[in-house]
Amino acid sequence: MKFTLSWLKDHLETDASLEEILERLTMIGLEVEEVTNPADRLGTFRIARVLEAEQHPNADRLRVLKVDTGDGEPVQVVCGAPNARAGLRGVFAKPGDYVPGLDVTLSVGKIRDVESFGMMASERELELSDEHDGIIDLPEDAPVGVRYVEYAGLDDPVIEIGLTPNRPDCAGVYGIARDLAASGLGALKNPQKTHLNASADANVSVRIELGNNIEDCPAFGYRVVRGVKNGPSPKWLQKRLIAIGLRPINALVDITNYLTFDQGRPLHVFDADKVSGDLVVRYGKKGEELIGLDGKTYQVDETDVVIADDNGVESLGGIMGGEVSGCDENTTNVIIEAALWNPLTIARTGRKLGISTDARYRFERGVDPAYTMEGLDLATKLAIDFCGGQPSEAKLTGEIPQSHRVIDFPYSEVKRLAGLDLSHAEIKAVLTMLGFWVTGNSDVVKVAPPTWRPDVHGKSDLVEEVMRMVGVDKVPSTTLPRMEPVSQKVLTTSQVRRAHARRALAARGMDEAVTWSFIPAAHAEIFGGGQAELKLANPISSDMSDMRPSLLPGLLAAAQRNADRGFPDVALFEVGQVFFGDGEQDQKVMVAGIRRGTASFDGAGRHWSGNSDAVHVFDAKADAEAALTAIGVAPDKLMVFTDAPSYYHPGRSGALKMGPKNTLAYFGEIHPQTLEDLDIEGPLVAFEMFVDAAPQPKKKPTKSKGAFVAPDLMPVRRDYAFVVDKDVPVEKLMRAARGADKALIVDVNLFDIYEGQGVPEGQRSLAIDVMLQPTKKTLTDEDIEAVSAKIVKAVEKATGGVLRG
Amino acid sequence: MSDLQTLEAEITAAIEAAATEAALEDVRVATLGKKGSVSEKMKTLGKMSPEERKEMGPALNGLKTRVADAIAARKEVLKKEALEARLASETIDVTQPLRPAPAETGHIHPVSQVTEELCAIFADMGFSVAEGPDIETDELNFTALNFPEGHPAREMHDTFFFNEKENGERLLLRTHTSPVQIRTMRTQEPPLRIVIPGRTYRCDSDQTHTPMFHQMEGLVIDKTTHIGHLKGTLEEFLKAFFEVDNVELRFRPSFFPFTEPSMEVDVKCDRSGAEVKIGEGDDWMEILGCGMVHPNVLRNCGLDPDVYQGFAWGMGIDRLAMLKYGMADLRAFFDADVRWLKHYGFRPLDVPSLMAGLSR
Repeated sequence: MKFTLSWLKDHLETDASLEEILERLTMIGLEVEEVTNPADRLGTFRIARVLEAEQHPNADRLRVLKVDTGDGEPVQVVCGAPNARAGLRGVFAKPGDYVPGLDVTLSVGKIRDVESFGMMASERELELSDEHDGIIDLPEDAPVGVRYVEYAGLDDPVIEIGLTPNRPDCAGVYGIARDLAASGLGALKNPQKTHLNASADANVSVRIELGNNIEDCPAFGYRVVRGVKNGPSPKWLQKRLIAIGLRPINALVDITNYLTFDQGRPLHVFDADKVSGDLVVRYGKKGEELIGLDGKTYQVDETDVVIADDNGVESLGGIMGGEVSGCDENTTNVIIEAALWNPLTIARTGRKLGISTDARYRFERGVDPAYTMEGLDLATKLAIDFCGGQPSEAKLTGEIPQSHRVIDFPYSEVKRLAGLDLSHAEIKAVLTMLGFWVTGNSDVVKVAPPTWRPDVHGKSDLVEEVMRMVGVDKVPSTTLPRMEPVSQKVLTTSQVRRAHARRALAARGMDEAVTWSFIPAAHAEIFGGGQAELKLANPISSDMSDMRPSLLPGLLAAAQRNADRGFPDVALFEVGQVFFGDGEQDQKVMVAGIRRGTASFDGAGRHWSGNSDAVHVFDAKADAEAALTAIGVAPDKLMVFTDAPSYYHPGRSGALKMGPKNTLAYFGEIHPQTLEDLDIEGPLVAFEMFVDAAPQPKKKPTKSKGAFVAPDLMPVRRDYAFVVDKDVPVEKLMRAARGADKALIVDVNLFDIYEGQGVPEGQRSLAIDVMLQPTKKTLTDEDIEAVSAKIVKAVEKATGGVLRG
Repeated sequence: MSDLQTLEAEITAAIEAAATEAALEDVRVATLGKKGSVSEKMKTLGKMSPEERKEMGPALNGLKTRVADAIAARKEVLKKEALEARLASETIDVTQPLRPAPAETGHIHPVSQVTEELCAIFADMGFSVAEGPDIETDELNFTALNFPEGHPAREMHDTFFFNEKENGERLLLRTHTSPVQIRTMRTQEPPLRIVIPGRTYRCDSDQTHTPMFHQMEGLVIDKTTHIGHLKGTLEEFLKAFFEVDNVELRFRPSFFPFTEPSMEVDVKCDRSGAEVKIGEGDDWMEILGCGMVHPNVLRNCGLDPDVYQGFAWGMGIDRLAMLKYGMADLRAFFDADVRWLKHYGFRPLDVPSLMAGLSR
C-alpha cells in the first residue's frame, strides 16, 4: 500500500514530522517498508526555455538547441525529441546531474560532432511516467530557472507500508489516517457529505443471478451518469497516481483508481452505450472469455463470478473490467458500479487467472460493506466535477449485509493477556477512537467492531487493538518464573543419541552435512523409495520430487559435487529423517556416513608417514561401530549378517543386528552398479544406523558402576591357528572359542589371517590368541591343556576347522 | 725414572689412547688382567724380601688402584661419548608435519551447533524439546492453527503437497513446526514449556529462501503468562544467544493466524559493515514472529481460552546461524561443500553449554 505524505494530510490534521509519522505507522502495525521522495533524485533539474532549435548538420533526426537555463549564457544542447522547438519550456538536466530513468550521470558529450552541454528530459527519463514520445512540454508560464520539483509539487514523500492481510481497512489512505489519529498522532478530518440531485434516468437494471450463493455478490450499487465529457483527469490527481506508481488513463478510470487508494473502495465504470441490455451478475460458463482492461484474454468458468450483458461477459466482478465496455475519450454515458464480492471467490478466480489488481487485493481482504453507497456517491461527484453530466438516482440490487458482531469484553483481559495496566477509561477511549462501539459501565462491556474491521471477532482481538494503540513498548518486560531451581534434563533419548552420534562421527574426521529431504525419483527408487505416497504433487524441481528413503543418495551426490570441485577425498555424515511411508511412524531418524577416495580414519591422500589406501568396507564398519557405541550399543554384542540392502556390494557389506529381526546398522562398499546408476565415481563406502531401533536404556535405581575387583592372578595367553573353509565367518570361530569356557576365557583376539602355501586351496588359517583369567588358583599345565582341548573341540564343532599343526 | 714409573706412564698413555670401550677393555686385560703387566708385577711381591716388599707393596698397590681408577674414569668418558654419538646419529627432523588428528578435521554443521545452542538456553529456562513428523495433515498444519479456508499458504504455490488419497485426504510437508504445538497441547497437560526445532518446507528459492529450512518454535501455556513474559523471555534468549551484554528489541504489532495479539520482533543492530552486529548500531532487523496463542488454537486443542493462556514464537535456525556466524547465502547450508563445512563448521568437542559459554 503506497501513498504520499500530502495525501495522508488530506485526511489527517497533524503537526507530526515525517519521521514521527513513519515511526508511528510501524509501531501500530502498519510497517513502513520504503520511503522515497522524488525531490531527492530530481532536485537538480530546473525549468528551461528553448530559444532556438536548428537542424543538426550531420543527423536528420537531431536538432541543436540553444537553451536558456536561467543561469546566464544560453547553452547548446543536442536533442532528438520530435517536439523540441523554439519557445518550448521544459526540464533541463546539466552535466553532472544523475538521470534516474536512464541510470546515467550526464557529462558534456559530442553527438555527431556537435557538442551537447546537457539534455532536455522526457517524463520517462525522470521516472514520472512512461511518456517518452517527446520531452516535457510545460505551460507558457512555467518559470525558467526554478527547480522543477518545486514547480511540479513533487516534493512529497511516497510512503509504502506492508499491510498484513487482516487489515483491509488500511488499504485506503483514509483508514490509515484513522489509525494514526486513534494512536494520538493528530486528528482525523471528517469527510464532506456528498449530495447529489438526480437529473437523469437510470434506464439500466442489474440482476444478481447466483442462486442461493448470495454471499458471492450480496449487493450491487450503481448509478448512471449521462452526458459526461471524458478526458484527462486533473493534474493533482494524476500526480498522486503517478507518485504511487499508477498510470493516469482518463478522468473516469482515474477516479476509480483514486478511490481504490483513497478510501479502499474499488469501483468500476462501464461505458453505458457499449452495454447491451441489462447487467447480470452470474457465474461464468465454460467457453466464455473476456478481454480485460489489460488487453489480455481470460477464460472463465462456472467458479468465476462475472458481470455480463447480452453480448456476454463484460467484467470479472471485483477483479478487472473488460476492454470492450471500458471508458475512453468518446464515452458520454456511464454506469458507475460499487458492489460487494465474496473474498474467497475473488481470491480463487484471481489466483486461477493470475490477475493481481488493486481491486482484487482489497476485495479478497474485505471491503467495508457500509461504505458501498457512499463510495458510489463520491465517485459520482468526482465524475460530475471532472466530466460534467447528469446523474441518476443511486440504485441498489441486493442488500448491504449487516454485521451483528458484539463482543462481551472484560476490561481485565488487557491485563491478563498483554500485562498492561490501563484504566477502563483509557481502554474505552482507544476503542472508541478506532470506531468501536463500547456500551456498558461495568467491568465487562459490550463492544461492537466497526463495519470496516472484518478481522475483529473476540476479546483477544480487542486486546491487540488496545495494545497496538497504546504501544507494545509500554508492556513491561517480565521474567518468566523458573519452574525448577536447577534446570532439568529435557532431551529425549533419541535427541541425546543423535547429539552423541554426531560428535562421535565428527571426531572421526567426518564433516556433518545437511542435505535435502527430497531427492530425484530415480535416486529414491535405487534406495528402495519412490512410492506414490512419497511423491510431491508440486515439487519445486524434478530433482526434488521424492521424499528420501535413505540419507545416502544425498551424501553420495554431495561427495561427487566435492570431487568435481577438486576434493575427491571426503568423509561426510548426516543425522536426519528418512521416509518409508507417509505415516507418522514411517518417518525414521537415521545417521549415515560415507567415505570417498582415500578419506580413511587416519587421514586422506599422500603423506610422508605413509599414503592412505582407498577406502574399504572396514572403514565403514568402524564408523558404524563408533556411531553405535555413541548411542550406547556395544558393537560386540551385535550379530553381523551379510544381508545389507542391494545398493551395497553383496560381498563387501554387512548388517549389524540385535537378533535376526532388529537391524541397527548397515555398512559396506557401495555397489558398483549403484554408483553407475547415480553417475558417481568411487571408491565409496558407507554406513547407515537407525537411531531409535536400539532399545531404550533401562532406568536404573542407581548410577553406581559397581565395585572394581582386580584379579590377583596373572592372566595366561595361548595362541591357536585353525585351518577352516574360506566361507566360514571369522565371527563364528571367535564366538565358538569364546564360548569354550566362559569362566576362564575373557578375551579372544584374531591376530592373523593366512591363505596360500601350506594351507589347502579353498581354506584359510585363522590365528587367535586367547586370554585366560584364573580367579581362584594359578593354572597348571594340565588346566591349560584341558581348556585348549575345549577350545579346539568347540571350534571344530562350530566351523569344521582343525588346529594347524 | 724407575720401572714402575715407566710402566705407569705407558699404561696411562694406553688408557688415554683407548678410543672405544673395547680398546679400553684390552688395556684393562693387558694391565690388570691375570697376565697383565701390573698383575705380573704383583706376582713378584711374593719372592721379595720383607724389606723390598715393604717398599714395593704399597707402590704396586698404589699403581694398581690408580690404573683401575683411570680405566673406570676413561670408561665413563667413552660411554658418554658413545651415547652422544648415538644420539647424534638418531637425530630426526622434528619439523616434519603430522597428519591432523581426526577430531580436528571433522566438523559439526552450523545448523546442528546452533540448534544445540538454542536448546541449551531454553533448557535452562525450563523448556523441553519437542519434535514431530515432517509429513503432516492439513488439519494440524493449517486448520487447527486457525488458518482460514482460502488462506494463500494453503495453496500449491506456497506449500508442498502430496497427491490426494482416495479418501480425499491430502498430506503436505509442514510449512512450520507449529503442528507440534497442537500435538503437544492435545497430549500433555499444561503448564507447558516447549521448543520445537525441525525441518520445514515452503515452495521458495532464492539467496535467503530455500525450499527446505530449519525453524524453532516456542510455546508456553499456563494460566498467567502474558506478553510481558514473552518480551522478557525473548530478550533474555537473544542476549544469551548472541552472547552480548545487551540487546534492544522492538515489538511491532503484526498478524499471524495462530496468535492474537501478534507481533514481529526487530533487533537493534549495526548493518554498516559486511557482518551484522547485534547489540550495536541503530538499525532494526526483523528476527522473529510471535504472539499470544490464539483462543481458537487453544479451543482446537481442548483448552479453555478463558482459563489457559500463553505465547508462541517462531524463528529460523538457519537465519539465526547466519546472523551470529556471518554466512551470506542460505543455499550453501544444504550443498555439503566441504570447504564451506570446514569454514563454518564447529569442532566436534565444542559442545555448547551455558557454563562454558555457547561458543568459543
